[in-house]
Amino acid sequence: MKLRKAIDQLMQGVFLSAGLTAVVFLLGIFGMLLFNGAKTFKEVSLAEFFGSSNWNPSAYGEPSFGILSMLVSTLMVTAGAMLIAIPLGIGTAAYLSEVASPKVRNWLKPTIELLAGVPSVAVGFIGIVLVAPAIAKVFGLSNGLNALNGAILLAVMALPTIITVAEDSMRAVPKQFREASYALGANGWTTLVRVVLPASFSGIIAAIILGIGRAIGETMTVLMATGNATAMPNGFFDPVRTLTATIAIELGEVAYGTNHYYSLFGLGAVLFVISLLVNLLAEKLASKFRYKL
Amino acid sequence: MMISNKFIAIIGFFALLFCTMLVISFLGIILYDIFSKGASALSLDFLLEYPRKGMTEGGIFPAIAGTVFVTMVTALFSLPLGVAAAVYLSEYAPDNWLSRFIRASIRNLAAVPSIIFGLFGVALFVQGLGLGLSVLSSGLTLGLLTLPYVITTTEEALKNVPHAFREGALALGATKWEAIRTVVLPPAIPGIVTGALLGLSRAAGETAPILFTGVAFYLRYLPGSVLDQFMALPYHLFILSTQHHAIEQVRPLAYGTALVLLSLVFLLNIIAVVIRYRFRAFNQR
Repeated sequence: MKLRKAIDQLMQGVFLSAGLTAVVFLLGIFGMLLFNGAKTFKEVSLAEFFGSSNWNPSAYGEPSFGILSMLVSTLMVTAGAMLIAIPLGIGTAAYLSEVASPKVRNWLKPTIELLAGVPSVAVGFIGIVLVAPAIAKVFGLSNGLNALNGAILLAVMALPTIITVAEDSMRAVPKQFREASYALGANGWTTLVRVVLPASFSGIIAAIILGIGRAIGETMTVLMATGNATAMPNGFFDPVRTLTATIAIELGEVAYGTNHYYSLFGLGAVLFVISLLVNLLAEKLASKFRYKL
Repeated sequence: MMISNKFIAIIGFFALLFCTMLVISFLGIILYDIFSKGASALSLDFLLEYPRKGMTEGGIFPAIAGTVFVTMVTALFSLPLGVAAAVYLSEYAPDNWLSRFIRASIRNLAAVPSIIFGLFGVALFVQGLGLGLSVLSSGLTLGLLTLPYVITTTEEALKNVPHAFREGALALGATKWEAIRTVVLPPAIPGIVTGALLGLSRAAGETAPILFTGVAFYLRYLPGSVLDQFMALPYHLFILSTQHHAIEQVRPLAYGTALVLLSLVFLLNIIAVVIRYRFRAFNQR
């Protein structure tokens, strides 16, 4: 009997420590990024890091550590992706939630999950073999590996997230809201636009923010399809290099313990903080869309 | 007024249908292009041979084997840990700040970009723990990335086990652990397997976390232990489509690699979905 009690106590301890590992890893990742990243700032000022668009950390003599053009590239590609993905995503979510029959829905949902399951390297490959030639042809460019290509691919990658979360929030709108609208003589479309969308507004915003987070953190797609030029981009037809792509390109060739090495962790810290803030904001908004009736 | 309202409604609903069709067509285009062009590269030799002549000929066997190997290491790390964490959250965790903090950490861990896991893997596993560039370093890094999925889906599966099961076991004199082992975990297994397969399918397709933790451009041998480097399908596709010296020449091989990678990932997905549907049908009986 004593042994059984002891085992029971032991297992409780095992399960608690397993639960705590998630906390340890998250804090460990953040701590490691800050610890290594902070070493950059022994020699580089914060003003140069965030304010300069000159990135040449391995230059002989006068290396430069400005991440501004990468921040701009990341924001530009993400914004472009959202211009495409937000209307398509919300439209699809509304179709799934308000129009599709249960049977159609049961087919569409796994299909969208399948789209979410396509590995990012495969999406990047499609960017090279299909999207790049198409962009070059349509706009008369010599090369289609640019910000526009990245934006299109990131839109495809962010769509499943946006659709799933937006649909959840639309379906969370109580039936009574729709019935009240019909009782007042409104048709399905008016009900959608005037009742369901406003009622699920914070959830839809959360979906968009999570989609933004997905796009900002994506690495392989942008690495393969955006041309990777470190110069400040002037428009969507310019090649760009995002924060994620820079880490992916340079971590392999950097010497351990150099300022360049630490600056990549600094980039990682910036990226981590952005995705953490994005996620916390989305959670804050998403918690609002549960109606109590 | 009535007519114009109806007209707007029809246009509106058609717009929604159009959005949905467009999204589905994205998947269709990706699948059609890769499967139609990859099929010609596909053969038994392609699956079972090593690359030859600077990877311009031959097959992708070491990349397939490497991906399977590293995914197994990922599973060995993330499944026990993830299931145990989920048991804590579902069966033990009181409603207090610590539980909320654990849950928040898991959700935020799921939102961390995959390249950050790569950075962490380099700092902790490759250099900190001295595991070097290896299957183990990559497997552990991918395990971290998979962990939140395993925890979330397992907790869901455990929550679906009726409360009466636990109460029955406890009433018969079982300790809490005995109740969990004998009546809570067994009915949750299909749900846990579904979540695990979905998480692992994502891990198998990831490139960024393995980029600097152990994957190799080309190896003449399969990894003999978990401390060796390995080749992997997603990285092989990346190499063939961007880093190779004769990109146009190896395009068919790149398509073939993409086809095998997608098939592997989708196979895991489809098995997961089938298990989920069967399980649901079973529960509703």
